[in-house]
Amino acid sequence: MSENDNREPEGQPEASSSPVASEPTVEPAQVESAQTETAQQEKAQTETAQPEPATTDTQPAAAVPSEPEAPAAQTEAPATQAEAPAAQEEAAAPPPARRVETDEEKAARRKAALEAREAAKAAAAQAAAQAAQAGTDGRAAAKAGDGESSEGEEAPPKPPSPKQPLLDKVTRLLRELVAEDAVEEAYINEANDHLPTLVVKNERWLQAASLFRNHTDLQCSYLRNVSGVDYETYMEVVYYPLNMDSRECYCVKVRADRELPSVGSVTPIWETANWNEREIYDLLGIDFPGHPDLKRIMMPDDWVGHPLRKDYVPLDPEV
Amino acid sequence: MIRTEELLLNVGPQHPSTHGVFRIIVKLDGEVITEATPVMGYLHRGTEKLAENLNFTQIIPYTDRMDYVSAMTNNYVLCHAVEKMMGLEIPERAEFLRLIVMEMQRIASHLVWWGTYLLDIGAISPFLYAFSDRERILGLFNELCGARLTYNYMRVGGVKWDAPEGWIDRVKTLVKDMYNRLDEYHNLVSGNEIFLSRIKGVGQYDAETAINYGLSGANLRCTGVQWDLRKAEPYSLYDRFQFDVPVGKNGDCFDRYQIRMAEIEQSLRILDQALEQFPGDGETMGKVPRVIRPPAGEIYVRIESPRGEIGCHIVSKGKAEPYRLKFRRPSFVNLQILPKLLVGENMTNLVTILGGIDIVLGEVDC
Repeated sequence: MSENDNREPEGQPEASSSPVASEPTVEPAQVESAQTETAQQEKAQTETAQPEPATTDTQPAAAVPSEPEAPAAQTEAPATQAEAPAAQEEAAAPPPARRVETDEEKAARRKAALEAREAAKAAAAQAAAQAAQAGTDGRAAAKAGDGESSEGEEAPPKPPSPKQPLLDKVTRLLRELVAEDAVEEAYINEANDHLPTLVVKNERWLQAASLFRNHTDLQCSYLRNVSGVDYETYMEVVYYPLNMDSRECYCVKVRADRELPSVGSVTPIWETANWNEREIYDLLGIDFPGHPDLKRIMMPDDWVGHPLRKDYVPLDPEV
Repeated sequence: MIRTEELLLNVGPQHPSTHGVFRIIVKLDGEVITEATPVMGYLHRGTEKLAENLNFTQIIPYTDRMDYVSAMTNNYVLCHAVEKMMGLEIPERAEFLRLIVMEMQRIASHLVWWGTYLLDIGAISPFLYAFSDRERILGLFNELCGARLTYNYMRVGGVKWDAPEGWIDRVKTLVKDMYNRLDEYHNLVSGNEIFLSRIKGVGQYDAETAINYGLSGANLRCTGVQWDLRKAEPYSLYDRFQFDVPVGKNGDCFDRYQIRMAEIEQSLRILDQALEQFPGDGETMGKVPRVIRPPAGEIYVRIESPRGEIGCHIVSKGKAEPYRLKFRRPSFVNLQILPKLLVGENMTNLVTILGGIDIVLGEVDC
């Protein structure tokens, strides 16, 4: 089964340095902690600095892949060095004497490992620098391309998205007809067929929704999907209104405070939102004021908590 | 003095006509329904929650169990979403295999619907016809991937197994036979007076209502809206093939019936062409990294399942597991219109209307 060996590639450097029996335990731990650090950084960055990850995100992205590779290459040399004394020792000394000797051996090996680690670090830094120069360009493009951020500001000048006029039109309409501050963010999600994506201010959402539905230039009579997402610092409800005649689709996001999340119900505007909102309420605990019958839909009525929240802890210990 | 009282009747969750564990509480005035309240969640397994701790390859078998009558399209929507996020290229042979199994699945799914719908209405023998033909399709799937229902056949980047020797020819024979069988079905059922009087004009709604309720698939097309994602937003290789999108005009159960029957025929047409153009050799897996990690970002991908628009919304943070995975399930969305349709209807029409929507509870509850 190929998916079984889909284990994390971080395991590789450990495996290749395994001849150095006792010391490398430090090393993988370090690699791991470094990775969790970067992971945390990444998380923090994506959470706080969502508008401009095109520049910030690329740094960890470049560092992460080069890190496991570099130590793997570097440790091979010291490993063979350390292996040689180990082999001698096995041949010459009987098992009990060996234990006494290992202390000295250990010191030597520790030194070797330390050197290796430093070398690896240097190599990683070098590789990262190189990657930053050359390799990241593609990555940056891909990163920015997946639409986390503003349109196209990376190094190679890209032609503007074919959907850019659409996005500009909606943004303008919302700013003019709803409120100046109605649109918090607007960008093109390139990976998703250049989907125009907007973040609409929570308080303005209901007005914006009826604009989407009724305005002659939009007429999104079909709401194809409603999703709720728990981003740990805030909640987000994602709507996908669609105009079936012009086949123009948008992604509209509304953010809500995480403690008492509340987003105006669009059930009076699109009837299809009814059960979708009930489901989001049930699984994520987002309140939809204005909903005709907001109650649980999937979980039993007496269920405690909202299972799709990231901090959900099941009450039943057997679950 | 004759006094009538409202009667509260529980239909389901263990009732064969609800096609699973669906429960509906109806208030009856005599035989007329005055209120209907669907109760769901009996099959809720928390797929979306489970998926947050699984990598994408591990999620594929879970999608089999959502719409278990049409597992292939569920496989596809997930794989397609991840591939799109990662910008992967799929070998042509793999894409052909996917398209062929999806269209076969559409036929199998419509056959299940056809058989069970008539069973709901009171005709038992069509069920046996439908299932014997469906069994042939399942047998071919079994040859392909070793499973009859929960295939776990597709992978991010391609398909798990190549078609065995002679498989394509056997599908060709099946397609040829199915045209004849379809004629037989029409002879057997489609003109039946009793059947027609049971479904004509029942469960009627107009295009505006259908759109407002977000209906998709045959439920939307029966009102005359020409909306099939294979045509409207082509994915896979659908833009290479000639086929029509059958639409109705009255928006009643009869139109839905006709559309599904016509869709079987269109699927056969697509299969004809796809089997003819099927590449003789080639890879069945694209170049895929060992660990599937879609870049951080968000995507919403939708395809046309036999029941309508099935969508997959992935929020990725660049990890091997999705940060959030949401499925837009056509059965769940389509079912919303049921309480509205039932009010004022005769109790006997409950199963007619419910069956006409064509739901699969595994997908409603997810």
